[in-house]
Amino acid sequence: MRGQVHLWAAQRITAFVLAAAVFVHLATIMLAVRGGLSAAEIVARLSGAEGWLAFYAVFALAAGIHGAIGMRNIAGEWLGWRGRGFDALWLGIGLVTAAFGIRAAWGLYHA
Amino acid sequence: MAQLKVRIQRSDGIAEYAVAARENQTVLDVVTEIQREQQPDLAYRFACRVGMCGSCAMEVNGVARWTCRTHVRKVAEDGTLTLRPLANLPVIRDLATDMKPFFDKWARARGQFQPKDAPNGAVPVEFAVVPPSSPKRQEADAGIECIGCGVCYASCDVVSWNPDYLGPAALNRAWTLVNDVRDGGRRERLDAVAGDAGCHSCHSTQGCTERCPKNLDPSSAIAGLKRSIFWGVLAP
Amino acid sequence: MRDRRHPAYWGFVLHRVSGIGLALFLPLHFWALGHAIQGEAALEGFLRFTDNWAFKTGEWGLVTLLALHLAGGLRVLALEFLGWRARQKDLVALSAGFALGAGLMFLLHAG
Repeated sequence: MRGQVHLWAAQRITAFVLAAAVFVHLATIMLAVRGGLSAAEIVARLSGAEGWLAFYAVFALAAGIHGAIGMRNIAGEWLGWRGRGFDALWLGIGLVTAAFGIRAAWGLYHA
Repeated sequence: MAQLKVRIQRSDGIAEYAVAARENQTVLDVVTEIQREQQPDLAYRFACRVGMCGSCAMEVNGVARWTCRTHVRKVAEDGTLTLRPLANLPVIRDLATDMKPFFDKWARARGQFQPKDAPNGAVPVEFAVVPPSSPKRQEADAGIECIGCGVCYASCDVVSWNPDYLGPAALNRAWTLVNDVRDGGRRERLDAVAGDAGCHSCHSTQGCTERCPKNLDPSSAIAGLKRSIFWGVLAP
Repeated sequence: MRDRRHPAYWGFVLHRVSGIGLALFLPLHFWALGHAIQGEAALEGFLRFTDNWAFKTGEWGLVTLLALHLAGGLRVLALEFLGWRARQKDLVALSAGFALGAGLMFLLHAG
């Protein structure tokens, strides 16, 4: 029960983080796609930029956790996947996803 | 006289009836007429007929409603009524559902008042003064007129996805007590309504608020519970 | 059959469907960006590979889903944390409008 409340709280806290981050992300997308996406343009923006690295690391972590908790809730309701085992599995999936995102951000920072 | 076609989900299948379509008749009037004139063994439930007791709710053309205050002309489609027992509840027979799971959940959500000043149930010496304009009193007032008809419970998808889910009515009741300044059971009650079987499974689809015949807003009550528990977890 | 003919329910369905879509896309997105680890040329190669109408349509869909999920999520947070009970219908409509707007803006800029 306590764990379930913490999962809910984590999903809402990440939701607040994501609300701000997604606004920035959408604006960046609109700017980046003008004239087509190019690796040079992306790398020029992100390479060596600590601010963007921190932003994307937080963004990826929040997105990974938020998405996994959401999928956990849906799987519980629609597939009957309930219990601590599934909770741990989803949390693991969320953290691994986030790690891949942070790895990508790290790669772009060093590109 | 024009006829009204009535299809009723009975325990052994759909039965069809025709009754006279009158200028003024409620869905409950129609069911009563069918039982008295055509189908004496039709099971359904009602008591007050004036929207107070909460016992006559059924599904009318796909929507859960209190049948005693629902006019046929407002809900009939192509001169037809299709009546089913309330969803999400076991059926006893025909249109009568077993409300036990529904009310058991009120108890599980600690829906009983727990006097702060008199834990043993003794009558306090002084009346508690609760100003009607105080925010907590208004929050409690907003949800206190529930008649326990089960319309919200039958309209809730989360109940059908998770049979353990307490449901809108029990959570609404808990919220009125959380806002009752005379009540001493706040902590236990918030614990009882937390988690996947409680307020945290609500997705704010607001079927309860949309359908409540008393125009209560269980969806907002559930949001209030989430908010109280959230700040309790972060700043206990 | 539960009664589902009201705006807050449509809002819920859109939020859930967009959420599932985004959660499934997220690992792909991070995998694709991970090309940057192998240098700018690898990323550029991937971007050229996706530079066609099929991927553009997919990207437009994702931008729309993201905007939709953001706006729908803000509606839920407003109800849960601010107790905004009034005008929920307007908020659902606003969410849909915001998502369509974001999608349109993407098309205009990507064109």
